[in-house]
Amino acid sequence: MRDPLNKIITTIPPSGIRKYFDIASEMKDAISLGVGEPDFDTPWHIREEGIYSLEKGRTFYTSNAGLKELKDEIHKYLRRRFDVAYDPGTEIMVTVGGSEAIDAAMRAMLDPGDEVLIPQPSYVSYVPCALLAGAKPVIIELEEKDEFRLTPEKLLEKITPKTKMLVLPFPNNPTGAVMRRADLEKIAKIVEEKDLFVLSDEIYAELTYGDEEHVTIASLPGMQERTVLINGFSKSYAMTGWRLGYACAPAVILKQMLKVHQFAIMCAPTTSQYAAVEALRNGDEDVRYMRESYDQRRRFLMNAFAEMGMDCFEPLGAFYTFPSVKRFGMTSDEFVTRLLMEEKVAVVPGTAFGDCGEGFLRISYAYSLKSLKEALGRVARFVERLDREQGGRG
Amino acid sequence: MRERILAVIEKNSRIDIHDLAVLLGESEAAVANEIAEMEKERIICGYHTLINWDNTSEEKISALIEVKVIPQRGMGFDKLAERIYQYSEVNALYLMAGGFDFMVIIEGKTMRQVAQFVSDKLAPLDSIQSTATHFVLKKYKDHGTVLSDEIEDERMLITP
Repeated sequence: MRDPLNKIITTIPPSGIRKYFDIASEMKDAISLGVGEPDFDTPWHIREEGIYSLEKGRTFYTSNAGLKELKDEIHKYLRRRFDVAYDPGTEIMVTVGGSEAIDAAMRAMLDPGDEVLIPQPSYVSYVPCALLAGAKPVIIELEEKDEFRLTPEKLLEKITPKTKMLVLPFPNNPTGAVMRRADLEKIAKIVEEKDLFVLSDEIYAELTYGDEEHVTIASLPGMQERTVLINGFSKSYAMTGWRLGYACAPAVILKQMLKVHQFAIMCAPTTSQYAAVEALRNGDEDVRYMRESYDQRRRFLMNAFAEMGMDCFEPLGAFYTFPSVKRFGMTSDEFVTRLLMEEKVAVVPGTAFGDCGEGFLRISYAYSLKSLKEALGRVARFVERLDREQGGRG
Repeated sequence: MRERILAVIEKNSRIDIHDLAVLLGESEAAVANEIAEMEKERIICGYHTLINWDNTSEEKISALIEVKVIPQRGMGFDKLAERIYQYSEVNALYLMAGGFDFMVIIEGKTMRQVAQFVSDKLAPLDSIQSTATHFVLKKYKDHGTVLSDEIEDERMLITP
Protein backbone atom coordinates (compact mmCIF):
# COMPACT_ATOMS: atom_id res chain seq x y z
CA MET A 1 0.00 0.00 0.00
CA ARG A 2 1.16 3.51 -0.70
CA ASP A 3 1.92 5.87 2.16
CA PRO A 4 -1.47 7.41 2.91
CA LEU A 5 0.03 10.45 4.59
CA ASN A 6 1.17 13.92 3.75
CA LYS A 7 4.93 14.38 4.09
CA ILE A 8 4.75 17.55 6.12
CA ILE A 9 2.18 16.56 8.73
CA THR A 10 4.07 13.36 9.63
CA THR A 11 7.18 15.40 10.53
CA ILE A 12 5.30 17.66 12.92
CA PRO A 13 5.62 16.35 16.50
CA PRO A 14 2.46 16.17 18.60
CA SER A 15 1.98 18.80 21.29
CA GLY A 16 4.64 18.64 24.03
CA ILE A 17 2.15 18.80 26.88
CA ARG A 18 0.50 15.46 26.17
CA LYS A 19 2.86 13.48 28.41
CA TYR A 20 2.11 15.56 31.52
CA PHE A 21 -1.57 15.61 30.74
CA ASP A 22 -1.62 11.81 30.67
CA ILE A 23 0.19 11.46 34.01
CA ALA A 24 -1.91 14.14 35.71
CA SER A 25 -5.18 12.71 34.42
CA GLU A 26 -4.34 9.33 35.94
CA MET A 27 -3.77 10.85 39.38
CA LYS A 28 -6.73 11.01 41.68
CA ASP A 29 -6.02 14.20 43.58
CA ALA A 30 -3.73 16.08 41.23
CA ILE A 31 -4.27 19.82 41.20
CA SER A 32 -3.31 21.93 38.30
CA LEU A 33 -1.71 25.28 37.53
CA GLY A 34 -1.48 24.21 33.93
CA VAL A 35 -4.55 25.50 32.15
CA GLY A 36 -4.61 27.99 29.31
CA GLU A 37 -8.17 29.17 29.78
CA PRO A 38 -10.09 31.40 32.21
CA ASP A 39 -11.61 29.94 35.36
CA PHE A 40 -14.62 32.23 35.09
CA ASP A 41 -17.84 31.06 33.51
CA THR A 42 -18.97 33.03 30.48
CA PRO A 43 -21.00 35.93 31.96
CA TRP A 44 -24.65 34.95 32.18
CA HIS A 45 -26.03 37.71 29.96
CA ILE A 46 -23.80 36.43 27.16
CA ARG A 47 -24.78 32.80 27.68
CA GLU A 48 -28.42 33.79 27.78
CA GLU A 49 -28.13 35.53 24.44
CA GLY A 50 -26.76 32.28 22.99
CA ILE A 51 -29.66 30.34 24.48
CA TYR A 52 -32.12 32.93 23.23
CA SER A 53 -30.77 32.63 19.69
CA LEU A 54 -31.34 28.87 19.85
CA GLU A 55 -34.88 29.37 21.14
CA LYS A 56 -35.59 31.65 18.24
CA GLY A 57 -34.39 28.95 15.90
CA ARG A 58 -31.34 30.79 14.63
CA THR A 59 -29.65 27.55 13.71
CA PHE A 60 -28.61 28.30 10.14
CA TYR A 61 -25.31 29.23 8.53
CA THR A 62 -24.32 32.85 8.68
CA SER A 63 -22.50 34.46 5.78
CA ASN A 64 -18.91 33.22 5.45
CA ALA A 65 -17.32 36.25 7.03
CA GLY A 66 -19.81 36.24 9.90
CA LEU A 67 -22.95 38.04 11.06
CA LYS A 68 -23.10 41.63 9.93
CA GLU A 69 -24.13 42.74 13.41
CA LEU A 70 -21.10 41.04 14.90
CA LYS A 71 -18.66 42.51 12.38
CA ASP A 72 -20.15 45.94 13.09
CA GLU A 73 -19.63 45.43 16.82
CA ILE A 74 -16.05 44.24 16.27
CA HIS A 75 -15.41 47.37 14.25
CA LYS A 76 -16.76 49.57 17.06
CA TYR A 77 -14.92 47.64 19.73
CA LEU A 78 -11.52 47.91 18.04
CA ARG A 79 -12.02 51.60 17.46
CA ARG A 80 -13.13 52.20 21.04
CA ARG A 81 -10.44 50.11 22.75
CA PHE A 82 -7.41 50.14 20.48
CA ASP A 83 -7.89 53.06 18.13
CA VAL A 84 -7.93 51.11 14.85
CA ALA A 85 -10.71 51.14 12.28
CA TYR A 86 -11.55 48.20 10.00
CA ASP A 87 -14.29 48.15 7.41
CA PRO A 88 -16.85 45.56 8.59
CA GLY A 89 -17.71 44.75 4.99
CA THR A 90 -14.27 43.92 3.61
CA GLU A 91 -11.71 43.84 6.40
CA ILE A 92 -13.20 41.71 9.20
CA MET A 93 -13.82 37.97 9.30
CA VAL A 94 -15.20 35.90 12.16
CA THR A 95 -13.32 32.64 12.74
CA VAL A 96 -13.43 29.48 14.81
CA GLY A 97 -11.21 30.81 17.58
CA GLY A 98 -8.03 32.80 17.07
CA SER A 99 -6.38 29.54 16.03
CA GLU A 100 -8.28 29.30 12.78
CA ALA A 101 -7.37 32.88 11.96
CA ILE A 102 -3.66 32.08 12.39
CA ASP A 103 -3.97 29.15 10.00
CA ALA A 104 -6.02 31.06 7.42
CA ALA A 105 -3.63 34.02 7.43
CA MET A 106 -0.60 31.84 6.87
CA ARG A 107 -2.24 29.84 4.09
CA ALA A 108 -3.42 33.00 2.39
CA MET A 109 -0.12 34.84 2.58
CA LEU A 110 2.76 32.37 2.41
CA ASP A 111 4.39 30.55 -0.48
CA PRO A 112 6.83 27.64 -0.28
CA GLY A 113 10.25 29.04 0.54
CA ASP A 114 8.93 32.09 2.38
CA GLU A 115 10.35 32.53 5.82
CA VAL A 116 8.17 33.28 8.83
CA LEU A 117 9.77 34.78 11.92
CA ILE A 118 8.33 33.26 15.07
CA PRO A 119 9.44 34.59 18.44
CA GLN A 120 9.54 31.88 21.10
CA PRO A 121 8.56 30.93 23.75
CA SER A 122 5.11 31.26 22.23
CA TYR A 123 1.86 29.48 21.57
CA VAL A 124 2.18 26.05 20.02
CA SER A 125 0.42 26.55 16.70
CA TYR A 126 2.54 29.08 14.77
CA VAL A 127 5.27 26.65 13.68
CA PRO A 128 2.91 23.85 12.55
CA CYS A 129 0.68 26.32 10.67
CA ALA A 130 3.67 27.82 8.90
CA LEU A 131 4.92 24.36 7.95
CA LEU A 132 1.50 23.28 6.69
CA ALA A 133 1.41 26.42 4.56
CA GLY A 134 4.68 25.21 3.03
CA ALA A 135 6.70 28.04 4.51
CA LYS A 136 9.83 27.90 6.63
CA PRO A 137 9.51 28.85 10.31
CA VAL A 138 12.50 30.77 11.61
CA ILE A 139 12.65 30.97 15.39
CA ILE A 140 13.63 34.11 17.26
CA GLU A 141 14.67 33.09 20.76
CA LEU A 142 13.49 35.66 23.27
CA GLU A 143 15.32 36.09 26.54
CA GLU A 144 14.43 36.79 30.12
CA LYS A 145 16.91 39.66 30.28
CA ASP A 146 14.73 41.48 27.72
CA GLU A 147 11.61 40.56 29.71
CA PHE A 148 10.84 38.25 26.79
CA ARG A 149 10.10 41.22 24.54
CA LEU A 150 11.11 41.23 20.90
CA THR A 151 14.05 43.59 20.44
CA PRO A 152 15.06 45.23 17.14
CA GLU A 153 18.47 43.54 17.36
CA LYS A 154 16.98 40.08 17.63
CA LEU A 155 14.60 40.79 14.80
CA LEU A 156 17.27 42.15 12.43
CA GLU A 157 19.50 39.17 13.14
CA LYS A 158 17.00 36.75 11.59
CA ILE A 159 15.75 38.72 8.62
CA THR A 160 16.84 37.39 5.21
CA PRO A 161 15.69 38.30 1.71
CA LYS A 162 13.19 35.45 2.02
CA THR A 163 11.55 36.74 5.17
CA LYS A 164 7.94 37.62 4.52
CA MET A 165 6.04 37.49 7.80
CA LEU A 166 6.67 38.31 11.43
CA VAL A 167 4.45 36.70 14.05
CA LEU A 168 3.89 39.03 17.00
CA PRO A 169 2.39 37.03 19.87
CA PHE A 170 1.84 39.64 22.59
CA PRO A 171 0.60 39.68 25.33
CA ASN A 172 2.39 36.38 25.32
CA ASN A 173 1.40 32.88 26.21
CA PRO A 174 3.44 31.40 28.00
CA THR A 175 5.67 34.19 29.33
CA GLY A 176 3.12 36.89 30.11
CA ALA A 177 5.38 39.38 28.32
CA VAL A 178 3.91 42.47 26.64
CA MET A 179 5.15 44.90 24.02
CA ARG A 180 4.61 48.53 24.97
CA ARG A 181 4.18 51.28 22.42
CA ALA A 182 7.88 52.20 22.47
CA ASP A 183 8.85 48.57 21.82
CA LEU A 184 6.40 48.28 18.94
CA GLU A 185 7.54 51.50 17.30
CA LYS A 186 11.05 50.13 16.89
CA ILE A 187 9.71 46.89 15.42
CA ALA A 188 7.34 48.74 13.08
CA LYS A 189 10.20 50.74 11.64
CA ILE A 190 12.08 47.57 10.69
CA VAL A 191 8.95 45.90 9.32
CA GLU A 192 8.42 48.82 6.99
CA GLU A 193 12.07 49.07 5.92
CA LYS A 194 12.31 45.37 5.20
CA ASP A 195 8.87 45.18 3.59
CA LEU A 196 7.47 42.52 5.92
CA PHE A 197 3.96 41.63 7.05
CA VAL A 198 2.90 41.18 10.65
CA LEU A 199 0.60 38.53 12.05
CA SER A 200 -0.32 40.08 15.38
CA ASP A 201 -1.97 37.59 17.72
CA GLU A 202 -3.61 39.79 20.33
CA ILE A 203 -5.95 37.27 21.90
CA TYR A 204 -4.81 38.41 25.39
CA ALA A 205 -5.03 42.14 24.57
CA GLU A 206 -7.61 42.86 27.29
CA LEU A 207 -5.49 41.15 29.91
CA THR A 208 -2.77 43.77 30.13
CA TYR A 209 -1.65 45.11 33.52
CA GLY A 210 0.38 47.99 34.82
CA ASP A 211 0.18 51.66 33.91
CA GLU A 212 -0.10 51.36 30.12
CA GLU A 213 -2.92 49.88 28.10
CA HIS A 214 -2.43 47.40 25.31
CA VAL A 215 -1.35 48.89 22.00
CA THR A 216 -1.92 47.09 18.72
CA ILE A 217 0.86 47.44 16.16
CA ALA A 218 -1.86 48.00 13.56
CA SER A 219 -2.53 51.41 15.11
CA LEU A 220 1.01 52.65 14.41
CA PRO A 221 1.55 54.76 11.28
CA GLY A 222 1.87 52.70 8.11
CA MET A 223 1.26 49.41 9.90
CA GLN A 224 -2.41 48.66 9.30
CA GLU A 225 -1.77 47.85 5.63
CA ARG A 226 0.91 45.34 6.71
CA THR A 227 -0.85 43.71 9.61
CA VAL A 228 -3.26 40.86 10.15
CA LEU A 229 -4.75 41.51 13.57
CA ILE A 230 -6.10 38.46 15.38
CA ASN A 231 -8.26 38.61 18.45
CA GLY A 232 -11.19 36.68 19.89
CA PHE A 233 -13.59 36.07 22.72
CA SER A 234 -11.95 33.14 24.50
CA LYS A 235 -9.74 34.93 26.97
CA SER A 236 -11.35 38.34 27.45
CA TYR A 237 -14.93 37.09 27.88
CA ALA A 238 -14.13 33.59 29.20
CA MET A 239 -15.62 31.96 26.10
CA THR A 240 -13.06 29.30 25.15
CA GLY A 241 -15.59 26.56 24.46
CA TRP A 242 -17.64 28.80 22.14
CA ARG A 243 -14.73 28.73 19.67
CA LEU A 244 -14.97 32.25 18.36
CA GLY A 245 -12.29 34.63 17.18
CA TYR A 246 -11.72 37.07 14.37
CA ALA A 247 -9.16 38.39 11.95
CA CYS A 248 -8.86 41.94 10.63
CA ALA A 249 -6.69 42.71 7.65
CA PRO A 250 -6.47 44.88 4.56
CA ALA A 251 -9.19 43.85 2.08
CA VAL A 252 -6.68 42.41 -0.38
CA ILE A 253 -5.43 39.93 2.25
CA LEU A 254 -8.76 39.29 3.93
CA LYS A 255 -10.40 38.39 0.64
CA GLN A 256 -8.03 35.45 0.21
CA MET A 257 -8.20 34.41 3.87
CA LEU A 258 -11.94 34.30 3.47
CA LYS A 259 -11.56 31.66 0.77
CA VAL A 260 -9.56 29.40 3.10
CA HIS A 261 -12.25 29.91 5.72
CA GLN A 262 -15.11 29.45 3.27
CA PHE A 263 -13.90 26.09 1.98
CA ALA A 264 -12.59 24.66 5.28
CA ILE A 265 -15.10 25.99 7.78
CA MET A 266 -18.03 27.65 5.97
CA CYS A 267 -18.83 29.93 8.89
CA ALA A 268 -18.16 30.22 12.60
CA PRO A 269 -20.83 28.75 14.93
CA THR A 270 -24.02 30.79 14.67
CA THR A 271 -24.99 30.49 18.36
CA SER A 272 -21.57 31.72 19.39
CA GLN A 273 -21.81 34.67 17.04
CA TYR A 274 -25.07 35.86 18.58
CA ALA A 275 -23.60 35.49 22.05
CA ALA A 276 -20.53 37.45 20.96
CA VAL A 277 -22.67 40.38 19.79
CA GLU A 278 -23.96 40.66 23.35
CA ALA A 279 -20.42 40.33 24.73
CA LEU A 280 -19.20 43.30 22.72
CA ARG A 281 -22.30 45.40 23.35
CA ASN A 282 -22.60 44.91 27.10
CA GLY A 283 -19.49 43.10 28.30
CA ASP A 284 -17.00 45.86 29.08
CA GLU A 285 -17.76 45.68 32.80
CA ASP A 286 -17.22 41.88 32.84
CA VAL A 287 -13.85 42.32 31.18
CA ARG A 288 -12.86 44.98 33.68
CA TYR A 289 -13.88 42.77 36.60
CA MET A 290 -12.01 39.73 35.33
CA ARG A 291 -8.90 41.74 34.50
CA GLU A 292 -8.83 43.14 38.04
CA SER A 293 -9.16 39.61 39.47
CA TYR A 294 -6.31 38.30 37.33
CA ASP A 295 -4.17 41.27 38.26
CA GLN A 296 -4.67 40.55 41.97
CA ARG A 297 -3.74 36.92 41.53
CA ARG A 298 -0.73 37.90 39.45
CA ARG A 299 0.58 39.92 42.40
CA PHE A 300 -0.24 37.05 44.72
CA LEU A 301 1.80 34.61 42.64
CA MET A 302 4.76 36.93 42.25
CA ASN A 303 4.80 37.45 46.01
CA ALA A 304 4.62 33.70 46.64
CA PHE A 305 7.54 33.10 44.26
CA ALA A 306 9.61 35.75 46.02
CA GLU A 307 8.84 34.17 49.40
CA MET A 308 9.84 30.68 48.26
CA GLY A 309 12.93 31.95 46.47
CA MET A 310 11.82 31.21 42.91
CA ASP A 311 13.12 33.65 40.30
CA CYS A 312 10.53 35.16 37.99
CA PHE A 313 10.44 38.30 35.87
CA GLU A 314 7.27 40.35 36.27
CA PRO A 315 4.73 39.45 33.59
CA LEU A 316 2.38 42.24 32.52
CA GLY A 317 -0.05 40.35 30.34
CA ALA A 318 -2.23 37.25 29.84
CA PHE A 319 -2.65 35.01 32.92
CA TYR A 320 0.70 33.27 33.08
CA THR A 321 3.90 33.56 35.04
CA PHE A 322 7.13 32.11 33.69
CA PRO A 323 9.44 31.37 36.62
CA SER A 324 12.96 30.06 36.16
CA VAL A 325 14.09 26.76 37.66
CA LYS A 326 17.69 27.14 36.55
CA ARG A 327 19.07 27.55 40.05
CA PHE A 328 17.91 24.03 40.95
CA GLY A 329 20.17 22.57 38.27
CA MET A 330 17.22 20.76 36.71
CA THR A 331 15.68 20.78 33.27
CA SER A 332 12.09 21.97 32.93
CA ASP A 333 11.02 18.41 32.29
CA GLU A 334 12.75 17.07 35.41
CA PHE A 335 11.23 19.77 37.58
CA VAL A 336 7.74 19.38 36.16
CA THR A 337 7.80 15.58 36.39
CA ARG A 338 9.04 15.54 39.98
CA LEU A 339 6.61 18.27 41.05
CA LEU A 340 3.80 16.24 39.57
CA MET A 341 4.89 12.91 41.08
CA GLU A 342 5.84 14.23 44.52
CA GLU A 343 3.34 17.01 45.15
CA LYS A 344 0.70 16.26 42.52
CA VAL A 345 0.78 19.73 41.04
CA ALA A 346 0.61 19.95 37.26
CA VAL A 347 2.42 22.81 35.52
CA VAL A 348 3.70 23.09 31.97
CA PRO A 349 7.43 23.04 31.13
CA GLY A 350 8.68 26.06 29.20
CA THR A 351 10.00 23.72 26.54
CA ALA A 352 6.42 23.03 25.39
CA PHE A 353 6.57 26.51 23.85
CA GLY A 354 9.95 26.26 22.15
CA ASP A 355 13.46 25.04 22.96
CA CYS A 356 14.41 28.38 24.49
CA GLY A 357 11.75 27.75 27.15
CA GLU A 358 14.25 25.33 28.74
CA GLY A 359 14.81 26.19 32.37
CA PHE A 360 11.37 27.77 32.80
CA LEU A 361 7.85 26.77 33.82
CA ARG A 362 4.52 28.14 32.78
CA ILE A 363 2.36 28.62 35.83
CA SER A 364 -1.15 29.86 35.16
CA TYR A 365 -3.13 32.05 37.53
CA ALA A 366 -6.52 31.39 35.99
CA TYR A 367 -7.58 29.86 39.31
CA SER A 368 -9.45 30.97 42.40
CA LEU A 369 -7.35 32.36 45.22
CA LYS A 370 -8.21 29.31 47.27
CA SER A 371 -6.87 26.91 44.60
CA LEU A 372 -3.77 29.05 44.09
CA LYS A 373 -3.01 29.00 47.81
CA GLU A 374 -3.29 25.24 48.01
CA ALA A 375 -1.18 24.66 44.90
CA LEU A 376 1.48 27.21 45.79
CA GLY A 377 1.76 25.69 49.25
CA ARG A 378 2.69 22.43 47.59
CA VAL A 379 5.14 24.11 45.21
CA ALA A 380 6.80 25.87 48.16
CA ARG A 381 7.15 22.55 50.00
CA PHE A 382 8.74 21.02 46.90
CA VAL A 383 11.16 23.92 46.43
CA GLU A 384 12.16 23.69 50.09
CA ARG A 385 12.91 20.01 49.61
CA LEU A 386 15.03 20.72 46.54
CA ASP A 387 16.95 23.34 48.47
CA ARG A 388 17.62 20.86 51.27
CA GLU A 389 18.80 18.25 48.77
CA GLN A 390 21.20 20.75 47.29
CA GLY A 391 22.47 21.66 50.77
CA GLY A 392 21.07 25.13 51.01
CA ARG A 393 20.40 27.77 48.44
CA GLY A 394 24.10 28.23 47.61
CA MET B 1 -7.44 52.17 47.42
CA ARG B 2 -10.67 52.14 49.47
CA GLU B 3 -12.93 50.87 46.72
CA ARG B 4 -10.43 48.13 45.86
CA ILE B 5 -10.22 47.01 49.46
CA LEU B 6 -14.00 46.99 49.78
CA ALA B 7 -14.45 45.02 46.54
CA VAL B 8 -12.27 42.22 47.92
CA ILE B 9 -13.49 42.09 51.52
CA GLU B 10 -17.13 42.40 50.54
CA LYS B 11 -16.77 38.86 49.15
CA ASN B 12 -14.13 37.59 51.54
CA SER B 13 -14.00 39.36 54.88
CA ARG B 14 -11.79 36.67 56.40
CA ILE B 15 -8.84 37.37 54.14
CA ASP B 16 -5.85 38.34 56.25
CA ILE B 17 -4.20 41.71 55.93
CA HIS B 18 -1.03 40.25 54.50
CA ASP B 19 -2.82 38.53 51.60
CA LEU B 20 -5.05 41.52 50.99
CA ALA B 21 -2.03 43.81 50.76
CA VAL B 22 -0.34 41.44 48.32
CA LEU B 23 -3.43 41.20 46.10
CA LEU B 24 -3.76 44.96 45.92
CA GLY B 25 -0.05 45.66 45.60
CA GLU B 26 -0.10 47.93 48.68
CA SER B 27 1.76 47.82 51.98
CA GLU B 28 0.21 46.00 54.91
CA ALA B 29 0.37 49.10 57.07
CA ALA B 30 -1.47 51.20 54.48
CA VAL B 31 -4.22 48.60 54.05
CA ALA B 32 -4.64 48.11 57.80
CA ASN B 33 -4.82 51.85 58.26
CA GLU B 34 -7.48 52.31 55.57
CA ILE B 35 -9.59 49.53 57.06
CA ALA B 36 -9.34 51.04 60.53
CA GLU B 37 -10.35 54.42 59.10
CA MET B 38 -13.30 52.92 57.25
CA GLU B 39 -14.44 51.15 60.42
CA LYS B 40 -14.30 54.44 62.27
CA GLU B 41 -16.24 56.23 59.54
CA ARG B 42 -18.85 53.46 59.56
CA ILE B 43 -18.14 52.60 55.94
CA ILE B 44 -17.33 49.12 57.17
CA CYS B 45 -20.14 48.34 59.61
CA GLY B 46 -19.38 44.75 60.47
CA TYR B 47 -18.01 41.39 59.34
CA HIS B 48 -20.66 38.74 59.06
CA THR B 49 -20.86 35.13 57.98
CA LEU B 50 -23.13 33.96 55.19
CA ILE B 51 -24.85 30.88 56.59
CA ASN B 52 -27.17 28.57 54.77
CA TRP B 53 -29.29 27.55 57.76
CA ASP B 54 -31.14 25.03 55.61
CA ASN B 55 -28.05 22.84 55.75
CA THR B 56 -28.04 22.80 59.56
CA SER B 57 -30.41 21.13 61.98
CA GLU B 58 -31.42 24.57 63.23
CA GLU B 59 -34.98 25.59 62.37
CA LYS B 60 -35.16 29.12 61.03
CA ILE B 61 -37.69 31.05 59.12
CA SER B 62 -37.46 34.45 57.48
CA ALA B 63 -40.21 36.77 56.41
CA LEU B 64 -40.39 39.99 54.46
CA ILE B 65 -43.00 42.38 55.80
CA GLU B 66 -44.28 45.27 53.76
CA VAL B 67 -45.32 48.07 56.06
CA LYS B 68 -47.50 51.06 55.13
CA VAL B 69 -47.30 54.10 57.34
CA ILE B 70 -49.52 57.11 57.99
CA PRO B 71 -47.02 59.90 58.58
CA GLN B 72 -47.74 61.94 61.71
CA ARG B 73 -46.61 65.32 62.84
CA GLY B 74 -43.33 65.20 64.71
CA MET B 75 -42.82 61.55 63.76
CA GLY B 76 -40.77 61.23 60.56
CA PHE B 77 -39.80 57.94 58.97
CA ASP B 78 -36.48 57.85 60.80
CA LYS B 79 -38.13 58.08 64.19
CA LEU B 80 -40.50 55.26 63.38
CA ALA B 81 -37.70 53.20 61.86
CA GLU B 82 -35.78 53.50 65.10
CA ARG B 83 -38.71 52.03 67.01
CA ILE B 84 -38.83 49.11 64.61
CA TYR B 85 -35.18 48.22 64.20
CA GLN B 86 -34.57 48.10 67.97
CA TYR B 87 -36.32 44.73 68.08
CA SER B 88 -33.74 41.95 67.93
CA GLU B 89 -36.01 39.93 65.64
CA VAL B 90 -35.57 42.55 62.91
CA ASN B 91 -32.74 41.47 60.66
CA ALA B 92 -32.97 44.31 58.15
CA LEU B 93 -35.07 47.41 57.68
CA TYR B 94 -35.27 49.49 54.53
CA LEU B 95 -37.22 52.61 53.64
CA MET B 96 -38.78 52.01 50.23
CA ALA B 97 -39.97 54.00 47.26
CA GLY B 98 -43.16 52.65 45.68
CA GLY B 99 -46.27 50.87 46.95
CA PHE B 100 -45.29 50.69 50.62
CA ASP B 101 -42.95 52.46 53.01
CA PHE B 102 -40.86 50.02 55.02
CA MET B 103 -39.50 46.61 54.20
CA VAL B 104 -38.88 44.72 57.43
CA ILE B 105 -36.96 41.47 57.27
CA ILE B 106 -37.59 39.25 60.24
CA GLU B 107 -35.96 36.05 61.38
CA GLY B 108 -37.61 33.71 63.83
CA LYS B 109 -37.63 30.09 64.87
CA THR B 110 -41.17 29.32 63.80
CA MET B 111 -43.87 30.80 61.64
CA ARG B 112 -45.91 31.33 64.75
CA GLN B 113 -43.15 33.36 66.37
CA VAL B 114 -42.95 35.62 63.33
CA ALA B 115 -46.72 35.99 63.19
CA GLN B 116 -46.76 36.89 66.85
CA PHE B 117 -44.11 39.55 66.34
CA VAL B 118 -46.13 41.14 63.58
CA SER B 119 -49.43 41.10 65.43
CA ASP B 120 -48.14 41.94 68.91
CA LYS B 121 -45.24 44.27 68.24
CA LEU B 122 -45.26 45.71 64.77
CA ALA B 123 -48.90 46.24 63.81
CA PRO B 124 -49.93 48.03 67.03
CA LEU B 125 -47.27 50.74 66.63
CA ASP B 126 -48.80 54.18 66.20
CA SER B 127 -48.89 55.40 62.62
CA ILE B 128 -48.61 51.95 61.05
CA GLN B 129 -51.45 51.61 58.63
CA SER B 130 -51.07 48.05 57.41
CA THR B 131 -48.67 45.15 57.08
CA ALA B 132 -48.35 42.29 54.61
CA THR B 133 -46.17 39.36 55.61
CA HIS B 134 -44.39 37.14 53.07
CA PHE B 135 -42.59 34.01 54.24
CA VAL B 136 -39.40 32.89 52.54
CA LEU B 137 -39.63 29.31 51.31
CA LYS B 138 -36.10 28.84 50.01
CA LYS B 139 -33.01 30.97 49.61
CA TYR B 140 -31.15 30.44 46.35
CA LYS B 141 -28.73 33.31 46.42
CA ASP B 142 -27.82 35.71 49.18
CA HIS B 143 -25.36 38.62 49.26
CA GLY B 144 -24.28 37.79 45.72
CA THR B 145 -23.46 34.19 46.56
CA VAL B 146 -25.28 31.16 45.22
CA LEU B 147 -26.00 28.91 48.20
CA SER B 148 -25.94 25.55 46.42
CA ASP B 149 -22.94 23.23 46.36
CA GLU B 150 -19.58 24.44 45.19
CA ILE B 151 -19.08 24.05 41.46
CA GLU B 152 -16.25 21.79 40.40
CA ASP B 153 -13.51 22.89 38.04
CA GLU B 154 -14.38 21.04 34.85
CA ARG B 155 -11.48 22.29 32.79
CA MET B 156 -8.91 19.84 31.48
CA LEU B 157 -5.88 19.76 33.79
CA ILE B 158 -3.42 20.97 31.18
CA THR B 159 -4.15 22.96 28.03
CA PRO B 160 -1.81 24.96 25.81
